[in-house]
Amino acid sequence: MPTVRRQIVVSNKLGLHARPAMQLVDLANQFQSRMVIHKGGEEPGEADAKSVMQVIILAATEGTELEIEAQGEDAEAAAEKLAELFDSRFGEE
Amino acid sequence: MRVMDIKKGIGVSPGVCISTAIVLDAEDLRVPRRTVEPAATGNELLRLEAALQAAHADLVELRDRISQSHGKEIAGIFEFHQGVLRDPSILKQIHDEITLKNSAAEYAASSVLRRYAQLFQQMPDRYLADRVKDLYDVERRLLRHLIGQKHEDLLHLDHDVVVIAHDLLPSQTAALDRSHVRGFATDVGGRTSHTAIVARAMGIPAVVGVENLTDAVNGGDTIIIDGNRGVVIINPDEEQLVEHREYERRLVKLEAELAGLGQLPAETRDGHAVSVMANIEFSDEIDDALRRGAQGIGLYRTEFLYLASDHEPSEEEHYASYVDALRRLEGRPLVIRTLDLGADKYTQAKARNPERNPFLGDRSIRLCLHDIPMFKRQLRAIMRASVLGDVRIMFPMVTTLMELRQAKMVLNDVMEELEDEGVAFRRDLPLGAMIEVPSAALMANQFAKEVNFFSIGTNDLIQYTLAVDRTNERVAGLFCPAHPAVLALLRDVIRAAARNSISCSVCGEMAGEPLYTLLLLGLGLTIFSMNGPDIPEVKKIIRSTTMEHARQVARKVMSFDSERQVMHYLREQMRKIIPDAY
Repeated sequence: MPTVRRQIVVSNKLGLHARPAMQLVDLANQFQSRMVIHKGGEEPGEADAKSVMQVIILAATEGTELEIEAQGEDAEAAAEKLAELFDSRFGEE
Repeated sequence: MRVMDIKKGIGVSPGVCISTAIVLDAEDLRVPRRTVEPAATGNELLRLEAALQAAHADLVELRDRISQSHGKEIAGIFEFHQGVLRDPSILKQIHDEITLKNSAAEYAASSVLRRYAQLFQQMPDRYLADRVKDLYDVERRLLRHLIGQKHEDLLHLDHDVVVIAHDLLPSQTAALDRSHVRGFATDVGGRTSHTAIVARAMGIPAVVGVENLTDAVNGGDTIIIDGNRGVVIINPDEEQLVEHREYERRLVKLEAELAGLGQLPAETRDGHAVSVMANIEFSDEIDDALRRGAQGIGLYRTEFLYLASDHEPSEEEHYASYVDALRRLEGRPLVIRTLDLGADKYTQAKARNPERNPFLGDRSIRLCLHDIPMFKRQLRAIMRASVLGDVRIMFPMVTTLMELRQAKMVLNDVMEELEDEGVAFRRDLPLGAMIEVPSAALMANQFAKEVNFFSIGTNDLIQYTLAVDRTNERVAGLFCPAHPAVLALLRDVIRAAARNSISCSVCGEMAGEPLYTLLLLGLGLTIFSMNGPDIPEVKKIIRSTTMEHARQVARKVMSFDSERQVMHYLREQMRKIIPDAY
């Protein structure tokens, strides 16, 4: 089972609050892969990318460094798309 | 199978029904820990699944509607709510709570969501702290589907239900699909509550004032509402179900039997006729009372006029209700009791200085004599209606002759005013005093010379004679109509009335209790006034005995010195008349 990791930085102003978190979860749910978001730093944690609750509780604010870990047949595409979503700043202006 | 729970309230509309509960007002419910049998957890999971689906459907609809009216940005919050309900970690925790700890679905959902809400609250990020109310919102939505139903759903019922609510609001009853509602039960309310009025108008059973009912009932529970006994049974066991189905059948049968009895005279086997009248609060109860055999209204409580609206009723409002009552009575007597408020939650809550001891305070006739303009408005309306039928007035809770005379003076003023205005009224309309305090009972002979009739209010007479508040459960056991002191007062009042050739009725609950029918008859009572549903059985007893036997019973009872002996003896006598009932 392929595992793919991607490093990303939260670049949108509001961080992973409710709406971005929902976008993330909706996107993650389009893939078979299991996806975990790891957070390092002073308050480390990890979240199931398909659980909006866990993503929110991660409290990833602007500038937080995260690692996306995707595991499954479509891991490559999944990690790619999730990273793109972060890069697009979740459509925030 | 859930645990059976029997709750007591006030029966405000007669009848018995067995049906499925829907619960209104589940909004701010605290969900108590409730567990189910291990075998029933599967069912809880199904309930959860159904509620989740329903909540999702709500949210889709809400999102679409809000996004049209307020834009996508705002509607996005409902997508978050949906996300919460789909969240695999939340769902797993709720499932675990049900399957591992045997929790009921609503408790499982509520406790998991509240755990997250607390977590959010503790987080430093302000933004997350604000999301707490979203979680509560999600919780409420889910609970509403697990426990209750939305109001709009009530318009489209496809099966029979009983409606359980904290207090039924007019807006809620307006939204009811009445063809499927078989009964009501509420946490609060009294005889004059909206629930009571609607239930009586619909002719279905209702029980109000059942403490913590909405907490105890879940949507879908089987409920028995017994409006005759004021009992609500939640998730009845097989025995209760069988008993109440039987009871329901018996009532139907009794109804049929009584339909015939209704029109027969209340006459003993040896030809002694008495009057059987009904006590009512609303004129719309009259039709039913007549059908059950009432020969008139022996007590028309007028408090509802004051309680049902936010203002003191106008003369016209009084008048309209009396006219309606008289129209329904078609010439039969209507005894109107003037305002009997004071020692109740309503007036105490409104009073600027609540009384320390309201039952011994400014109530009933005292209250009226302290507010003459208000008193006059009611008396004017009664007098104006007096030309339309057989109207009689009675003053409640008189304790001294002076009070009675003052009330009569106010009435004379009213008559003079009407005369000056050229308004028609009946000058010789019968006037009565309610005998419900020991001082009036002891002076019955003097009172009898100043009124046309007595009506004994046994509820208050017992309370004041025995110094017992029967709503205080610590002493309620001491409240007993059979106490020899109470019976001695009753006997003397009935005698004083007879000696002065005025009529005398009993309009307290004692008159409607079959156990006391023989005794009251034997003491010489000629008018029994009771709640409509009680009439047929009392009539049946009257028709199955003789006056001579009743007198014997009364003589024997008056020789006892304890209420226990009295009760025992009366039960024994009853068994002889109606073997299966006692």
